[in-house]
Amino acid sequence: MLDAGEGAGGALAGHDTDPRRKLVEVRGLKMYFPITSGLLRRHVGDVKAVDNVSFDIYEGETLGLVGESGCGKSTTGRALLRLYEVTDGVVKIDGQEVARADARTLRRMRTTMQMVFQDPQASLNPRMTVASIISEPLDEHTRLSKKEKLARIYELMDAVGLNRTFANRYPHEFSGGQRQRIGIARALALNPKFIVCDEPIAALDVSIQAQVVNLLEELQEKLGLTYLFISHDLSMVRHIADRVAVMYLGQMAELAPREALYSTPLHPYTEALLSAVPDPDPAVETRRERIILSGDVPSPANPPKGCNFCTRCPKVLPICKDVEPVFREVQPRHYVACHLYDPDMTQDAGATGA
Amino acid sequence: MLNYTIRRLVLAVPTLLFISLIIFSLLKLAPGNPLGDLPLTIPPEVREKMREALGVNKPLLVQYLLWLKEFFVVEPLHAIDVIFGTHYSAGMQRIISWQTRSPVFDIIAQRIPQTLWVVGLAYVVGVLIALPIGILSAYKQYSVFDQTGTFAAMLGLAVPPFFSGVLMILIFSVYLNWFPAIYDTNLNVVSWHSLWEQIRQMVMPVLVLAIQTTSQISRYLRSSMLDNLSQDYVRTARAKGMSESRVVLIHVLRNSMIPVITVIALGVPSVFGGAIVTEQIFLVNGIGQLLITAIYANDLPMVQTITFIFAVLIVLFNLVADLLYGVLDPRIRYD
Repeated sequence: MLDAGEGAGGALAGHDTDPRRKLVEVRGLKMYFPITSGLLRRHVGDVKAVDNVSFDIYEGETLGLVGESGCGKSTTGRALLRLYEVTDGVVKIDGQEVARADARTLRRMRTTMQMVFQDPQASLNPRMTVASIISEPLDEHTRLSKKEKLARIYELMDAVGLNRTFANRYPHEFSGGQRQRIGIARALALNPKFIVCDEPIAALDVSIQAQVVNLLEELQEKLGLTYLFISHDLSMVRHIADRVAVMYLGQMAELAPREALYSTPLHPYTEALLSAVPDPDPAVETRRERIILSGDVPSPANPPKGCNFCTRCPKVLPICKDVEPVFREVQPRHYVACHLYDPDMTQDAGATGA
Repeated sequence: MLNYTIRRLVLAVPTLLFISLIIFSLLKLAPGNPLGDLPLTIPPEVREKMREALGVNKPLLVQYLLWLKEFFVVEPLHAIDVIFGTHYSAGMQRIISWQTRSPVFDIIAQRIPQTLWVVGLAYVVGVLIALPIGILSAYKQYSVFDQTGTFAAMLGLAVPPFFSGVLMILIFSVYLNWFPAIYDTNLNVVSWHSLWEQIRQMVMPVLVLAIQTTSQISRYLRSSMLDNLSQDYVRTARAKGMSESRVVLIHVLRNSMIPVITVIALGVPSVFGGAIVTEQIFLVNGIGQLLITAIYANDLPMVQTITFIFAVLIVLFNLVADLLYGVLDPRIRYD
């Protein structure tokens, strides 16, 4: 296959136990932001926001992507859609290479991949009406007549539950939940197959969050959409996702089907993360044992030498400080990057020297 | 919006009355004698008669009120008479220039075309040049183009027109002999040749003035564009698959123009005000030159009237800028 896929992606590509079609394939994705300093703005280092990440998303599923703030979730989502110029790696969406496509090809591919953004207020142009926001992609990518376009706008507004009479209003005249519906309608305008939902509910009221998530689920069922659902809300991800990926400091820590991940988390970081979810039952809540991690997340500009989590891991081994663990399938469809699950640590140490 | 406009216009009346009073008092406080230029051989009683004729022997308050009446009643009536051929203002005293003994507004009407041609055109040219520079410098921030633009804008703002104007005359008129150093107001555009002459004599004053406008507006536009380029909706537009030119010229530019257009609107009164220094250098006899000679000659009615017209224009264009804001930005409503 492709060179960039080899490091961490090798294990992934080998054991394909899922019969469904892969819609999105990510191999060795790296997104570094350069740090410059001094008078001449010399390049002195990189913020490794996403560092060698590989995963697949199957057609029709929802992959939840969780992690704490600054772990590279949103950057991953944006890099997948080439909203950033990726540093390295391969991203294939619907069989087409995205990460290296030229501007024209990329623009044509935008019809298959879309994004719902976190801040529904800021992500809508304040000087455009709802109708023009939704119809703009139609102007650019289709040859519909005016009448057909209007019909499509109304169809989309119906689909996301917006009153048709709102078509000529401006974004600031709506509530947060309604604005997010506009954002979703806009993303759906071109009949995409794959939608990256970048914390679509983080800026919304809890009561509205459920509405928007239910709308996303409904639309998925009706239109057969595939989602990458980025969130830091673990219970919401448990509700919507089929599989869940956990990121830490720019790298994948664990990727597993929802039930497996929530019932038997393998990676110590996932365990700690899940132990932070409060339980609604006060009796359980008082008895619940939280794993409190010590220290802070290291700087992504200067990650630890071995495992990225070794500075805070409660189960740290000597090898963790030197050798980066490989992201591998340790149980069927359950991937983890941790030395605790290495079948043969010594052999592995040689293989991941890079 | 209409209610808001009417309210603002009504509020402008006391503001303008106050401004007129300030101008009047300041001018009266300034030293100077309207008859100072006249020969000393004129006998004192004749002098007294002349003072009476000019109206300077009346109490200050009466002088002020008379000026108000002339400005707000007689001159508008006279304008109506001229336009519609009526005779409402017949026999009424108009504002008379002490210098020329002719009505101030007649002189202003003679001078305004030169000012509008030269200063107005310079403003338009300056803005038109500023737009592409501002857009490009923001889009390619820190590029060579941006750095050069920043340097040029700083230079344009820092070098005063009395220096750049003289420098241009020296280079383009004296050494290269491309353009005439003096603006000829008597030139009538009747043929292609005279049109060419008119253009040639306008180039230098227009450029000197345009440099200032360009420097200022391009800076404003650059920073406004930079603000908007990093907004989330720009990422949305790119994610929609819009072409880069559409992202920049439609999405970003339209939002960035909101503050810039108000800056442009606020600059319009200064166009009518003419350019005192530049008009002096190139001898364009426009409003700026009229004002400065009136000040030299102690021609108080002329100075008072021109200054007050500036005040009216400034108040008016402030309102225009506010209204434009409301028209351009759907988030702002004056209800």
